[in-house]
Amino acid sequence: MIPFTRLTAVAAPLMRDNIDTDAIIAARSMEGGVRPLGPLVFTNWRLDEFGMERPGFVLNQDRFRSAAIMVAGRNFGCGSSRESAVWALMQYGFRAVVAPSFGDIFYENALQNGLVPVRLPLEQVEHLAAALQGGVPPLITLDLEACAITGPDRSNYSFNFDPERRRALMLAKDDFALLQEQLTSITAFHTERCLREPWLFQRLTLS
Amino acid sequence: MSESVIKQSQPRTLFEKIWEAHVIAPYGVDRSLIYIDRHFLQETTCFEAFGRLRTEGLRVLSPGQTFGVIDHSVSTAAGRNADSYPPTAPWIKAMQANCEEFGVALLDIDDARQGIVHVVAPELGIALPGMSFVCGDSHTATCGGLGAWAFGIGTSQVGQVLASQALFLSKPKTLRINFTGVLAPAVYAKDMILAVIGRYGTAAATGYAVEYAGEAVRALSIEGRMTVSNMSVEFGARSGFVAADDTTFQYLADRPFAPKNAAFDAALQVWRTQSSDDGAVFDREIDLDCSTLEPQISWGTSPQDVIGVSTPVPDPDKAPDRDRRQMMLKSLDYMNVRPGRTLLGTPIDVAFIGSCTNGRLSDIEEAARIVRGRSVAPGVRAVVVPGSTTVKRQAEALGLHHVFRAAGFEWRESGCSMCVSGNGDFVPAGQRSISTTNRNFEGRQGRDARTHITSPAMVAAAAVTGEITDVRTLAMK
Repeated sequence: MIPFTRLTAVAAPLMRDNIDTDAIIAARSMEGGVRPLGPLVFTNWRLDEFGMERPGFVLNQDRFRSAAIMVAGRNFGCGSSRESAVWALMQYGFRAVVAPSFGDIFYENALQNGLVPVRLPLEQVEHLAAALQGGVPPLITLDLEACAITGPDRSNYSFNFDPERRRALMLAKDDFALLQEQLTSITAFHTERCLREPWLFQRLTLS
Repeated sequence: MSESVIKQSQPRTLFEKIWEAHVIAPYGVDRSLIYIDRHFLQETTCFEAFGRLRTEGLRVLSPGQTFGVIDHSVSTAAGRNADSYPPTAPWIKAMQANCEEFGVALLDIDDARQGIVHVVAPELGIALPGMSFVCGDSHTATCGGLGAWAFGIGTSQVGQVLASQALFLSKPKTLRINFTGVLAPAVYAKDMILAVIGRYGTAAATGYAVEYAGEAVRALSIEGRMTVSNMSVEFGARSGFVAADDTTFQYLADRPFAPKNAAFDAALQVWRTQSSDDGAVFDREIDLDCSTLEPQISWGTSPQDVIGVSTPVPDPDKAPDRDRRQMMLKSLDYMNVRPGRTLLGTPIDVAFIGSCTNGRLSDIEEAARIVRGRSVAPGVRAVVVPGSTTVKRQAEALGLHHVFRAAGFEWRESGCSMCVSGNGDFVPAGQRSISTTNRNFEGRQGRDARTHITSPAMVAAAAVTGEITDVRTLAMK
């Protein structure tokens, strides 16, 4: 995980609602063992059945090819819980997604990996997307510390972000180590729960 | 401490009771440290999690609370093994090796109880009421049909549960859906939940834990309740559940790993308290009258694109806004269906019965009722994949495999198969499938595959006519 504080980068607008994780990365991407997922992101939208780039797709346009920020519609990342959707986006080069809303599991997966998910009201997202298609270079500045976005047309937006989750992104920390620090209280709770609901802890041997 | 004492004298929802029973401590600004009772692994979402444990030099904290199954990427061909579908063999073998190394009980491919995780966990009695239950899969909510608080997590959180048996979580809001009325013939649990998603949309319950309540839910079997809970994530909810009642307790009395005898009686005392108190306040409530529901079927590329079978496909020109109109046009184009007409008579190429939504014995029995004495239409590939090897065996004991085979269906081994199409079973490009699964996304069942999701009875009807059919007309023959 890489710490995130502030980024100015090319942003690609993909203004569809309900972009699901199957569209981001197909289950079939699992095949053949561990492999780079970046080239497989949005496969069905990026490539036709012959493997040729679809010229209309935003990431196939030279202007947006090197995007590190995605600007998307409502309910981004809905559907399957597969975390490979986050990995594929990040391996392509994305470090943040700006959308009016996200699927719950995707949102959590993004935070655990350092992909910054920013919620902005729909009208503001639409304004940003339109500005990215304008005449100026399609750059967005995302300042996580200040909770502010600057569009390519110099429009400014502020967003809310849970301060604890924000700090974790800035320090590149997922929950793993933090949970390990809680083992004493987890174990104590476990002991008490065994007494209250012992049937949950009977040893089940499957063999 | 005093805060929770005050809380207990106020009416609480079922979810609040279960949440509070699992809070170890508040954490940070908005989250709590939550204890996880049981954790089920499936082979496509735990590889990196085990890797993390290895990197950190850690063991699985509580192997006794952890189980694994191979379901998503395994072939469903007769006699299948880890190598039957070579592209996924590395994942399957990694799962076998990891479970062995870390001491996690695995329902391996050749285990008589192997199956789709959300079919296996309830039928074995591994998921129980009031339990916090997680799996690296969004349809984990299925076990809510038994009154468990069951939800999907990503691979990072899988690793966290393996190492700490806990998670940091924000408390969701509460939504209760009251299903009233009596289901008409040939209308099922699947239709109930499809109707909700169709009416309220694919993000209606984002940030909520959903309680399914009302007389129509009470009247459902446990298998029906699991169908309803299964699709919670399709309208945004990470978890959805039905309060345990006598139907639940009867179901559990038979399960191999449910508590027995004195332990069962003790559990029952606690389980009987797990329901929403009278006067409990939900953040949102929805009512749905089931008595007028007809069989539901999807027309588009989102689970919210659902209509009654005799309802015309909606007209994008009548969409409430420009965004919705654009989405509808894209979906209509992808699916190659026409607005303003019903789907009846649309030819299909593939009929699939299976999945954690509708792969249980009652689903297979309903489909068999339609199929018996009939034949699969020419040119249609019809497939049944039982939700678990146990379900397969039970169906065979009733002779159902003969019914399907005689009609021209394939009767296959258990796994996720064409629901997620990660095991070699898929719908070819451009072909139209009718399926008992839970997602009709673009490309879900295969690149450029077109999917209509509906009930097992509706899939069976289309299999034998070769086209989307109102099953009620067929049953009357």
